[in-house]
Amino acid sequence: MSPGGPPAKEAPKYTKKDFESDQDVRWCPGCGDYAILSAVQKAMPDLGIPKEDIVFISGIGCSSRFPYYMNTYGFHTIHGRAPAIATGLRLARPDLKVFVVTGDGDGLSIGGNHMLHVLRRNVNVTILLFNNRIYGLTKGQYSPTSELGKVTKSTPHGSADRPVNPLAFALGCGATFVARTVDRNIPHMEETLKRAARHKGAAFMEILQNCNVYNDLAWNVIYDKEQKLQYELRLEHGKPLLFGPPDDRRAVIMEGVRPKVVTAKDVPASALWVHDEHNVNAAKLLADLFAPDFPIPIGVLAAVEGPVYEQIMLDQEQKAISERGPGDIAKLLTSGDTWRIS
Amino acid sequence: MSEAAATTKSKSLKELDRAVVRFAGDSGDGMQLTGEQFTTESAWAGNDIATLPNFPAEIRAPAGTLFGVSSFQLQFGSQRVYTPGDRLDCLVAMNPAALKVHLRDLKPGGLLVVNTAAFDQRNLDKAGYAASPLEEPTLAERYRLHKVDMTGLTYEAIKDLPLNTKEKDRTKNFFALGLVSWIYTRPIEPTLEWITKKFSKNPSIALANTRVLKAGHAYGETAEIFAEHYTIEAAEMAPGLYRAMTGNRALAWGILAAAQRSKLPVVYGAYPITPASDILHELALHKRFRVRTIQAEDEIAAITAAIGAAFGGAVGVTGSSGPGVALKGEAIGLAVTAELPLVIFDIQRGGPSTGLPTKTEQADLMQALYGRNSESPVVVIAPATPGDCFYVAYEAVRIATKYMLPVMVLSDGFLANGSEPWLIPDPATLPPIEVGFRTESAGFFPYLRDPATLARPWVRPGTPGLEHRIGGIEKQDVTGNISYDPDNHDQMVKTRAEKVRRVAQEIPPTTINGAATGDLLVVGWGGTYGSITAAVERAQVEGKAVASVHLRYLNPLPPDLGHILREYRKVLVPEINSGQLVRVLRAEYLVDAVGFNRVRGLPLASEEILDAINQLVESQA
Repeated sequence: MSPGGPPAKEAPKYTKKDFESDQDVRWCPGCGDYAILSAVQKAMPDLGIPKEDIVFISGIGCSSRFPYYMNTYGFHTIHGRAPAIATGLRLARPDLKVFVVTGDGDGLSIGGNHMLHVLRRNVNVTILLFNNRIYGLTKGQYSPTSELGKVTKSTPHGSADRPVNPLAFALGCGATFVARTVDRNIPHMEETLKRAARHKGAAFMEILQNCNVYNDLAWNVIYDKEQKLQYELRLEHGKPLLFGPPDDRRAVIMEGVRPKVVTAKDVPASALWVHDEHNVNAAKLLADLFAPDFPIPIGVLAAVEGPVYEQIMLDQEQKAISERGPGDIAKLLTSGDTWRIS
Repeated sequence: MSEAAATTKSKSLKELDRAVVRFAGDSGDGMQLTGEQFTTESAWAGNDIATLPNFPAEIRAPAGTLFGVSSFQLQFGSQRVYTPGDRLDCLVAMNPAALKVHLRDLKPGGLLVVNTAAFDQRNLDKAGYAASPLEEPTLAERYRLHKVDMTGLTYEAIKDLPLNTKEKDRTKNFFALGLVSWIYTRPIEPTLEWITKKFSKNPSIALANTRVLKAGHAYGETAEIFAEHYTIEAAEMAPGLYRAMTGNRALAWGILAAAQRSKLPVVYGAYPITPASDILHELALHKRFRVRTIQAEDEIAAITAAIGAAFGGAVGVTGSSGPGVALKGEAIGLAVTAELPLVIFDIQRGGPSTGLPTKTEQADLMQALYGRNSESPVVVIAPATPGDCFYVAYEAVRIATKYMLPVMVLSDGFLANGSEPWLIPDPATLPPIEVGFRTESAGFFPYLRDPATLARPWVRPGTPGLEHRIGGIEKQDVTGNISYDPDNHDQMVKTRAEKVRRVAQEIPPTTINGAATGDLLVVGWGGTYGSITAAVERAQVEGKAVASVHLRYLNPLPPDLGHILREYRKVLVPEINSGQLVRVLRAEYLVDAVGFNRVRGLPLASEEILDAINQLVESQA
């Protein structure tokens, strides 16, 4: 048993193909989920985990069909509850590597409560949240990440509720690993996924994903070549927050307690904001940055150590057993006040 | 009631075959503790016992109010005791509110012991008495009234101890306990031992409680007001080692026994809810049995965590009360279609909605049987007594893992908190729980079926070569692949129902309490076992051709039940609901069964069931 630790067995040398199941993939042609599936299947061999020790758990929604396409163990459950299912599974089987695949509706609306608690407990699971800002499977209602005023079938006059920011939510819940990646950037997805999967504790990874049928190009600001050049901020631990085209490099700095965008060459190196994954407070500021006023941070916002829920629970169990031996029902039944009738 | 006169020194000692005593006072008066200790003393005396704790949902209701009254009732006897009793032989009222709430249950001529110190103007006002009822001549005429200044006598007994007034006041329940222990010749040694152990870190409190208990006992012996006291012979009970057992603890221990026998870890998911929380508390104590308890963020997380554990090859259990089980409905459906073993405890309480959280009811039968979307049958079983909860919990795990399906256990608030002397079983005599995880990859499909049980294979993730995906979407039989095929769905619906029906092969022949044919069969289930059995045995003594059966299996029903029902001219179904089992029996067997239904948050009284029996038997003349 190695809760949170490296697998006990040596994994065979896998290729991407080993992780492809025999099921026909049934997402719409052009869906961003195909790219994510491919990136995940490609990243798997590098994790070095025997595939029988890997479980994908999902809820309901387009993203939640994901487990059917992975040639690992998988459980497609009910709407919003994947984090709770995964928590129970980890507690029963701390030797397994557990992934949760969810979406903006599944993970932040109907399952928002479970997302909160799996993150605060720091259960050792890797959570992939596909954020396309729309309900796809139910055919196009606005989601909890849709922008205010979003016109959809259920909001013909525009939505009246403000969106939730998944990264800020996760950090607010006390997540120990928070990252963002993009479905149209397969190398970055693979790299971020591997880091998330190796994290000890709950790893939260938002994947900006395109629903080409109901919300096409919702993330165009990071897809469009020109805009991407303007706005993408690649986070790298120990490197300053610099972004923009080579001839117009800009920096995010702190002015008092406010982030501010400046022209990079106008500020001394000492004034630059150097990214530190271990600084959760800084990550909370980063989480709120977005175009057009700010760049769009991509990569690992925060990666810190924290006590892992099931590790604590199982340590308590091991301690009880080592101190007093395994439970014995016959002894328990006759313990305390008893009396004999003859 | 047989009473044989005997005499001690100065007071006459009468022998009774049973007595019903209720302690009643403020929530802060320690009535639950007093009742529990009196129960332990009666167990030492060798009596059979049934208890009924009854307390308000408020944690600390305002002192002296009618809604703040807490009580503990027990019946103890020299013969089999089935219920906590209908009418009281003795009522101890610690304040006016307790008297007002409970006096109506005292038999005419019954013993009424009151703490006069609490009958001041303030408390009388709060209880809504214009004048002190103790001064009403009718009270002493109707009952054997004993006015005792328990507070004053308590203070006197411990006046030299370094305790403040509040601490001194808190010991007066031991005066009541000492006095009533003398009245019914209960041994006070177990209580003395308990005090020493409980207050080992606070010797002044231990000493105070000890002195006050003895003072109460001595008061009965020496005061001139008690002309007689009573003894109850030890009951003839099966030989063996006994302990007091409550229903919630028995459910928890049944799970522990199943964990040990199956050699599997258990994940128990629960969200705090009355009256089920004690199961979580109890299981959390026993980590050595590899029971892992999750206090989940909500009822849905509690059950889905258990389902996740079951997917991982552990025993998944969740427990709640009716409102929580309502929230779990969708997840139960997932376990039905994923065909994973799962145990769900429903400790029923008064409803609908929040209802009566601390009071008992058995109105969740329909919810257990049908309270989910679509065709989602589960096995439903119900314990009959607090101690029976142990066997039912164990049986639930055995059936769930053998047939790969959810099993719902319907306990209730009465069983959960009530206790009985329980003959401790030898765990080796429990039926085996044989779990065979599939490891063979050749020919494997997730929905292959065992021909006898129709169970699909249980596979632990981590088993090489058996990687597979399951889920809530309808799947093709055998392969488990997603399938929207109409005929396959029809077949799967029927297969899931047939799996539950096959569990009938586990049900032993139904025990009939009485003759195999007759005028009337009384059919019950769950926590009404005691009330029904007491009533039926009384009717039998009176010469009526009445018998009873008590169902443990509500789904599937026992295979022999249809035949049994037809051997009686009439069928009566007493339930603490508006008629749920009676509808099932009428629908299933086309018998003209009639219900007897009271939904008061209390156990059914044997007397009222007996009246219903007599009416039915006589009406057919």
